[in-house]
Amino acid sequence: MNSEFAHTFYKCFIKDDRYKLILGGIRITIEVSLLAILLGLVIGFLIALCNLSKKKGLNAIGKVYTDIIRGTPSVTQLMIIYFVIFASIDWPKWIICSIAFGINSGAYVSEIIRAGILSVDKGQTEAGRSLGLNAKQTMWKIIVPQAVTNIFPAMCNEFITLVKETAIVGYVGLVDIQKAGDFIKSATYVAFMPLIGTAVIYFVMIKILTIFLGKLEERMRRSAQR
Amino acid sequence: MIQVEDLHKSFGDNEVLKGINETIHDGEVVVVIGPSGSGKSTFLRCLNLLETPNKGKVIVDGEQINAPGVDVNKVRQKMGMVFQHFNLFPHLTVMENITLAPTMLGKMTKEEALEKGKSLLTTVGLLEKADAYPSQLSGGQKQRIAIARSLAMEPEIMLFDEPTSALDPEMVGEVLDVMKSLAESGMTMVVVTHEMGFAREVGSRVLFMDDGEILEQAVPEELFGNPKEERTRQFLSKVL
Repeated sequence: MNSEFAHTFYKCFIKDDRYKLILGGIRITIEVSLLAILLGLVIGFLIALCNLSKKKGLNAIGKVYTDIIRGTPSVTQLMIIYFVIFASIDWPKWIICSIAFGINSGAYVSEIIRAGILSVDKGQTEAGRSLGLNAKQTMWKIIVPQAVTNIFPAMCNEFITLVKETAIVGYVGLVDIQKAGDFIKSATYVAFMPLIGTAVIYFVMIKILTIFLGKLEERMRRSAQR
Repeated sequence: MIQVEDLHKSFGDNEVLKGINETIHDGEVVVVIGPSGSGKSTFLRCLNLLETPNKGKVIVDGEQINAPGVDVNKVRQKMGMVFQHFNLFPHLTVMENITLAPTMLGKMTKEEALEKGKSLLTTVGLLEKADAYPSQLSGGQKQRIAIARSLAMEPEIMLFDEPTSALDPEMVGEVLDVMKSLAESGMTMVVVTHEMGFAREVGSRVLFMDDGEILEQAVPEELFGNPKEERTRQFLSKVL
């Protein structure tokens, strides 16, 4: 039994340098996730500003964006962006995938930011404005610093979801952890080992991310409470 | 000087101000009293355009501030406001609360603002709290800081929106004392309050508002001693 396990393990992860496939997959997952998180934050912030704006046109843009993204599966969005929008543009696959996930994440991030900004008491805005600060100064110096603390937990959730969502990049032929596991499964005719291996790798990555974000939040709360 | 002409304000179907005409002269301490829902706070908030009037004019030093194209931010820089719930910035220290606006708006350098902050904190008796955060202060202390924060912009007019209503009774006095010395220094003040003692002692004029209108106004002795309107008498008999 034990030696059979070792044998399968060898066959799946060591033989023919298959671990290199996995390592490459991990790298792709990390690259796509990081860039997508960044893009998601930028897009999310802009869409949140649209949604919070008093201008009807900007409101509409924000609403339509959020509606479309939330109303369609992310795998469909990824395939449309890859095979339709970027069909004739020769960018590296992982960047196109990051853009797709960034656009997707942006919709959710915008809602988180919007809720966070609305969670700051209206009196804060009034105090800022009554001192003579303009809307922008009030937003940046008074509202945003307070909203960040409120937003953080929900934002961590979004990051974690995003990392796991990237497991669909195989649909456009990018080899991430999931796709690497899949390749190994096809090559070895073994399902258990590569799939459980894939799950374990994702789990460990998410665990590390969670611990890191948790520490960051703790530090932020401490400095916010003082 | 603030002139208010035919000021109307509605929230949806609810007409809160039904045509206010009033002139507040420099150096006056005008105290606004009246039952809740009478429009006192809305009236005050229209003076610095935290609420936008639906109709009428608000004129500050000869300039109609609710006209299109007026830089509201500039106008607000000379009108300080103190809120019922203090609204201190919780993520900033007391000193940062005070120096934020003057430095950001280029009114003072950082050093000047710090000097100003120190002297204001001394005035309100809280110099030792300069590096504290608002969450570490009592209600009365918060409100004194909020007053100092407004004064840091060196306003010509100070608006007070029920500044003692959210305070524990034993803290009301310390805030009223600060306001009193501010009045004695000649500051133009408009104060919405339920503190009849303050109105009587410090007010140069008392306005009684009811149902969106200024029903009666007089110097304190007269309004409290010899109210003309039945509605005023009823109100005073309940609060005095």
